[in-house]
Amino acid sequence: MSAPATPLPEAYADARQRDVANHLGMWAFLATEILFFGGLFLAYFIYRSTYPAAFAAGSRTLNFWRGTLNTAVLLGSSLTMALGDAYIKQGRRRPLQFCLAATAVLGSVFLAVKASEYQEMYAKHLLPGRGFEPGAAPGLQLFVLLYFTMTGLHAFHMLVGLGLMVWLLRQNQRGRFTAAQHAPIEMFGLYWHFVDCVWVFLYPLLYLIPR
Amino acid sequence: MPESAATFRRLFGTFGALIALLVITAAASALPSGWWSTPLSLLIATAKAALIFTIFMRLSGQPALVRIFAVVGLFWLAIMLTLTAADYFTRFWPG
Repeated sequence: MSAPATPLPEAYADARQRDVANHLGMWAFLATEILFFGGLFLAYFIYRSTYPAAFAAGSRTLNFWRGTLNTAVLLGSSLTMALGDAYIKQGRRRPLQFCLAATAVLGSVFLAVKASEYQEMYAKHLLPGRGFEPGAAPGLQLFVLLYFTMTGLHAFHMLVGLGLMVWLLRQNQRGRFTAAQHAPIEMFGLYWHFVDCVWVFLYPLLYLIPR
Repeated sequence: MPESAATFRRLFGTFGALIALLVITAAASALPSGWWSTPLSLLIATAKAALIFTIFMRLSGQPALVRIFAVVGLFWLAIMLTLTAADYFTRFWPG
């Protein structure tokens, strides 16, 4: 049995106005996220122009295939999220449940690949700090530090996303979403796609620096 | 429902385009590199992000106000990058 639909809050004249307000608020939040990540991109560009050779060398320590595979996985998770959103717009809860689960699985695959990469960096003594690869070119440690900070902040966003996904899966199981009422799905989708966009830029900047 | 069939086609088409762009970036990185390598990969990344913004994040169906909010974050980012770059690339000139 589905939960009774919540009535439209008084502040809105109609559902369309409510939907636009939802999107507007979410984009205001995403603008702060753009600048949050933007500071790291700024630091990246400054240090890459200061130490171009060390950054190229640092990029070569990363596995090209891991980065490329992870990009495809994340783009796939965006597709499943967008499909889920399209399904609930038709009021179809079971396909939505399937899409949310697929998105969560793809997000977890991404994080697992990322974890194996961190593990390899550790084994190669490429963790910034005291035990860092002795005799490394100046600037290499900066590249690695930026690599861990940027991908770490990105991975943290994905962990938050996976946590929210568990909540959405439970809500959907209880029949809380309908064709008319599914704002959490739509707003979560915006967040998930945004995190995907950040990775779209991290991929060439970290993995594809030309020698 | 022909309209919804069109929606699903559009989503799959967007995904196909994103993967095609990924293949182009990955393949281009195997070519002999030059000054254009990084600008090219960033250009492709921007194209991917534009697809995600307009289709997956459904900016194309939103009123102008929402679209302005989406662009404003990027605009502020551009200000931050440009002014900082202007400082870094002129500060250490000899003479």
